[in-house]
Amino acid sequence: MVDLTTTYLGLNLKNPLVASSSPLSQKIETAQQLEQAGVSAIVMYSLFEEQIIHESLKLHNDLLRGTESFAEALDYLPEIGQYSIGPDAYIANLKAVKNALKIPVIGSLNGVSTGGWIEYARKIEQAGADALELNLYYLATDPDLTCDEMEDTYVNLVSDIRKQIQLPLAVKLSPFFSALPNFARRLSESGANGLVLFNRFYQPDFDLEALEVVPNLVLSNSHELRLPLRWIAILYGRVQTDFALTSGVHSGADILKAMMAGAKVTTVTSEFLQHGIGRATEMLAEVETWMEDHEYISIKQMQGSMSQQAVAQPATFERANYMKVLSSY
Amino acid sequence: MKRPLVTIDGNEATAFVAHKLSEVIAIYPITPSSSMGELADEWSAHHLKNIWGTIPLVIQLQSEGGAAGAVHGALQTGALTTTFTASQGLMLMIPNMYKIAGELTSTVFHVSARSLAAQGLSIFGDHSDITATRSTGFGLIASNSVQEAQDIAAITHAATLEARVPFIHFFDGFRTSHEVNKIEQLTEEDLKAMIDESLVHAHRQRGLSPDRPVLRGTAQNPDVYFQARETVNPYYAAAPAIVQKAMDKFASLVGRQYHLFEYVGAPDADRVVIIMGSGAETAGETAEYLSGKGEKVGVIKVRLYRPFSVEHFIKALPTNVKSIAVLDRTKEPGSAGEPLYMDVVTAISEGWKQPARPTMIGGRYGLSSKEFTPAMVKAVFDEMLNETPKNHFTVGILDDVSNTSLPYDPHFSIESPDTVRCVFWGLGADGTVGANKNSIKIIGEETDFGAQGYFVYDSKKSGSETVSHLRFGPKPIRAPYLIGQAQFVACHQFSFLERYDVLKYAAPGGVFLLNSNYGADEVWDYLPRETQKAIIEKKMRFYVIDAYDVAHNTGMGGRINTIMQTCFFAISGVLPRQQAIDEIKKAIKKTYGKRGEAVVQQNFEAVDQTLENLHEVETPGEITSQINMRPPVPAEAPEFVKDVLGVIIAGDGDSLPVSAFPVDGTFPTATTQWEKRNISLEIPVWEPDICIQCGKCAFVCPHAVIREKIYAPSYLADAPKEFKSTAARWKEFPDAKYTLAIAPEDCTGCGLCVEVCPAKDKTQVGRKAINLAPQPPIRERERINWDYFLTLPEVDRTQISLKSVKNSQLLQPLFEFSGACAGCGETPYLKLLSQLFGDRTVIANATGCSSIYGGNLPTTPWARNEEGRGPAWSNSLFEDNAEFGLGMRLTLDKHGEYVREMLPQLASQVGETLVDELLNADQSSETGIRQQRQRVEILKQKLQNSNHPLAAEVLSLADVLTRKSVWIIGGDGWAYDIGYGGLDHVLASGRNVNVLVLDTEVYSNTGGQSSKATPRAAVAKFAAQGKGLPKKDLGMIAMAYGYVYVARIAMGASDQQTLNAFLEADAYNGPSLIIAYSHCIAHGFDLRKGLEQQKLAVASGIWPLYRFNPALIAEGHNPLSIDSKEPTIPVSDYAYNESRYRMLLQSDEKRAEMLMKQAQNDAKGRWDLYRQMAAMHYQAPENGQETSEDSE
Repeated sequence: MVDLTTTYLGLNLKNPLVASSSPLSQKIETAQQLEQAGVSAIVMYSLFEEQIIHESLKLHNDLLRGTESFAEALDYLPEIGQYSIGPDAYIANLKAVKNALKIPVIGSLNGVSTGGWIEYARKIEQAGADALELNLYYLATDPDLTCDEMEDTYVNLVSDIRKQIQLPLAVKLSPFFSALPNFARRLSESGANGLVLFNRFYQPDFDLEALEVVPNLVLSNSHELRLPLRWIAILYGRVQTDFALTSGVHSGADILKAMMAGAKVTTVTSEFLQHGIGRATEMLAEVETWMEDHEYISIKQMQGSMSQQAVAQPATFERANYMKVLSSY
Repeated sequence: MKRPLVTIDGNEATAFVAHKLSEVIAIYPITPSSSMGELADEWSAHHLKNIWGTIPLVIQLQSEGGAAGAVHGALQTGALTTTFTASQGLMLMIPNMYKIAGELTSTVFHVSARSLAAQGLSIFGDHSDITATRSTGFGLIASNSVQEAQDIAAITHAATLEARVPFIHFFDGFRTSHEVNKIEQLTEEDLKAMIDESLVHAHRQRGLSPDRPVLRGTAQNPDVYFQARETVNPYYAAAPAIVQKAMDKFASLVGRQYHLFEYVGAPDADRVVIIMGSGAETAGETAEYLSGKGEKVGVIKVRLYRPFSVEHFIKALPTNVKSIAVLDRTKEPGSAGEPLYMDVVTAISEGWKQPARPTMIGGRYGLSSKEFTPAMVKAVFDEMLNETPKNHFTVGILDDVSNTSLPYDPHFSIESPDTVRCVFWGLGADGTVGANKNSIKIIGEETDFGAQGYFVYDSKKSGSETVSHLRFGPKPIRAPYLIGQAQFVACHQFSFLERYDVLKYAAPGGVFLLNSNYGADEVWDYLPRETQKAIIEKKMRFYVIDAYDVAHNTGMGGRINTIMQTCFFAISGVLPRQQAIDEIKKAIKKTYGKRGEAVVQQNFEAVDQTLENLHEVETPGEITSQINMRPPVPAEAPEFVKDVLGVIIAGDGDSLPVSAFPVDGTFPTATTQWEKRNISLEIPVWEPDICIQCGKCAFVCPHAVIREKIYAPSYLADAPKEFKSTAARWKEFPDAKYTLAIAPEDCTGCGLCVEVCPAKDKTQVGRKAINLAPQPPIRERERINWDYFLTLPEVDRTQISLKSVKNSQLLQPLFEFSGACAGCGETPYLKLLSQLFGDRTVIANATGCSSIYGGNLPTTPWARNEEGRGPAWSNSLFEDNAEFGLGMRLTLDKHGEYVREMLPQLASQVGETLVDELLNADQSSETGIRQQRQRVEILKQKLQNSNHPLAAEVLSLADVLTRKSVWIIGGDGWAYDIGYGGLDHVLASGRNVNVLVLDTEVYSNTGGQSSKATPRAAVAKFAAQGKGLPKKDLGMIAMAYGYVYVARIAMGASDQQTLNAFLEADAYNGPSLIIAYSHCIAHGFDLRKGLEQQKLAVASGIWPLYRFNPALIAEGHNPLSIDSKEPTIPVSDYAYNESRYRMLLQSDEKRAEMLMKQAQNDAKGRWDLYRQMAAMHYQAPENGQETSEDSE
């Protein structure tokens, strides 16, 4: 019997397979199915401050439109007692999911204002989440904005949140940083307990018939594993945080690779959405079988075993890698 | 006991009591009573209980007639039952009211009294409706103010239980129903104390029950009906004393004493005015003012009008009264006198016991909320001093036809010097009224001041203007009339200055606050000369703020409400500045808090940025401006438009004399073209190089401001320099030029044209063939271009096929520039109808949005072509529209038949061939119609000088020989609910009428109440928890007849299918029904996306497109063709773009999800059913099939 346990953000987890932030955590029923299928923790779907603001202003504008203009119709929609606009519905759902599950539940937050980040982080903490994942994503389109300014903003934000809450903090990053190790270390120093690599985003596509830009999210595939795999392997040992690998984890083998690169956990959604929540059980079985076949006794044993610092040829992870890939064809 | 002081309107004050004292409430929307039903529904939805601790059951009916029936039934089985209504609604209740009264049943109907539709409809207040119910046996009791509306409601609910006489409790529509005033609210204990439980039990005991069966509602014969009718007399005799007893009890509980007839004024008055309703407040205040100055005048406020107690009335009169003037707020044409006057005459005749009987005169005032001011009251008192005072007079208008009107001094005022009076000019869209309602609540609830707010709206649904009248001061405000002299005038729209005399309300030494994009140092020279003059002459202090800039910077968009509100408090000093700001923020939090913190913060930010942008202007003391106010209509407008409609447009309709108006309510069409409203800051601009000339932008334009023409190149010779033109892409017109023009001053800037435009610049796809651009810089240029465009010839209708969308838009719209909402989903259908058939159509229009933007004075969008032909339009009622249209068809059919009978007899005079051609003309095409018109002209010429005995008769009917269409138009409230029975019958009649249902899925015109067209899962008023049942399938019901043409259309999803449906419906010689998806402001989304929503509605299957053409049966084809594809998206992808669905998700997610799932099933089930129906095999009937009853 191999030991699949791992630790992540100070949480003792029964295995390294975590359900990542997705619609599957919106309903208690699907969250329970994930737990039954064997995942060791759940990252809740994200509380989007921007969405809350948008919902609030849209409702307000819709309710105001045309009002107090025409004597026969001073308004057009009825007054409703209470709206669950704002973080309250998310918080209530988080509480409900937490109460319904035995495994740890990690809150996820995507803010826009410093006040919003802090306020919502506090609420998630108060709601009983076991940890908090900060979903940092700001697309820098302004040519006047420098890398330093961008990174400082992120670092200050993590630091501000760290001061306000006790929960373990994970920071989910995009891959678009030119000096990722340095930035990762700054995040770690400002209070991040874990880094989640990497976020996947809606990417615009073009509709050639309508000549329109169409936002789209394509589910991940195993090829996407390579990017976070490399960066976790590079960062492991250099930056003193836990790592979660997200994007491209579709099989037991992918989990094993992530562990060897240095991740404490892998987080998965696309595979569940494509092939069902039952895949969690199968993937864990694949991990177990492989470990048994290869006589590994624990996950911890392999974590970081193929990080840049641990491999025989560290340069493989650097520029030479490009040459090697080419020459291998 | 300490009671809460609340600042609310009369409807809310009344509904509060009615909801507390009822078990069953049957409702139906009608202005101005709708909000009473809405509040009752909302309170029950929020689980608010009555005084017995249970939630009143509120139910919406299909009409007021239905509501009255349900009330009758509930009463007959013992429930404490009420309803709310007004005007035409009350008329529909009359039959049941006789029954309810004849059966001595305790109930109270609360009525916000409103004019009845006669020469024109009016939503405003008078007593026409109330007085029309005098003979029903209902008691009639009036309240005169917001406070009284609450108090008298409670008194009446108590009295009816003891008296067993049912009552109408009424108050003046708008003036009281919509006036916001500070009142003392009754407590639950007060209401419990007012109600005698034993009487409640007795009421229940009288209810029908199989446990103690009785029979009620017998048919009676001549032998007994009369005697049985007289049995109720003792109850009516006792009722006044019972009401007074309830008033006395109320006084002992609450402290406010009311009387059946309330006298105010000099105790020894010799001149007394008798009056009821809000006018009694004005009259009473005036009498007290005048008697304070030594005049012996007084007023009797009539509260209990029925049963009329002569005894109480006589007792209330001062003993030395010598002259009485009775004021009626109604008109009874042809009567010996108006109702209250006649009652007073009878009462004096029967009850006056002293030797010298007072002289009595009667007069009319205040019809349709016409202002009734102290000056008018004084005029009446003055008239009574004449030796031979004018009887049957009018006051408040200039009657230069029958000379009934009394002169009055408009400057006479009794306003207390310590009352602060403020007037605010705003746009509906800028939030002015909402801010002022908040302000008056703040003043009412945070200070010891009395406070009053009254709000005047125009009748446009886009770019509508509002004027708010606010009073506050140390005493309760009892002034139910508009402010004449305001110490504070604010104009929230700079452009108003060139159109209205904004400062006519300003008192000398007052303050003027202007929202201006010109700063304090430059604004002066941009004011019209008239404004400068008023500021100088009245020595006003003048402030400016660029509120739109503040709003823009704080994300408020076009809403400057809280910004201007902050300015008002800062300048007026009604509260210390910081306290005022705190209170404004508190009000923001209270009003908007539940919509989310983002909304609150946005408004806070606007408040915080306001004061630094508010500046006082140093006025130079001399008129320097080169700008003058512009005339309301252009100089070239027709005389009637200039002299009458223009005066109304300028906001000065009150000044028009009786002689200005048509005697029978008939007005010219094609008048919106003269009312250049310039309401949009952005208008579309055409790019000829990108345009593919598809016509879609013109097709969807709700206001007909986008037009196309093709013309010979030679016309460009005289064109303005910047007139755009390109080669026409029509194979029928190979060398022609094409222009797409935009009416710059009529556009509402809705953006539908841009959204629908399929043509994009290949080098920059964001640029389309039509794009919005700021209006002011191009207004003049485009006006010149538009004027030139109008001079180009219209297309020859016989030269093009009408069957393509592209061609259809070459046809001249005969529905243009309506006041409908910007982006309205209804009007594009009407415009299309007018283009296709407008020159030969008569329209019956149900009351609703389309009758308001179609027929509300001053102007009408229904237009005429250069031949003078165009739609002839009329609105009868809400409920009868199908029958009204059927009547029009019957006339055409009968006259057609008659003239056809006569024509052969004239063959010798006009020629056999002409007669034959006239009788057998094929008028199925534009060419056929034109040829027939030419024949009719020839016929007329030939008969002009004929001595044939039938010549004159045929001449009077000849036009009917040309094909005419009847279009019956209305919304879903009419077609699905109130008018459904009639619509069903008209469809069943087989007559050749075309019915267009503009389906917005709610009662749009009265503010979005649920109808049977409201879809499942949508929130609407009266369905605040989301409609739990599916939309009625009106089309399916109509298809069941088998001989009714039915189409379900959505222009945004398929313009071609829409066009096909209109052409086929008109061509079908039988009844046709088109159900048109009409996106609506009541759906809660930006209407610019209206067409996209239509597309999604169809794609989701919630609105499948189809046509059911019975003409196909004869050819052996299935009549049903489904014109949309199998659903491709879930209903939620469509629905949750709209707040009417989304707000349920945000307030009750579980219910929303359940209903959405059911709505999805509804869509699927309907699709499956239609598909199966469309797949059925049809065989041509052997003997053909009758589809029409008429002779065409």
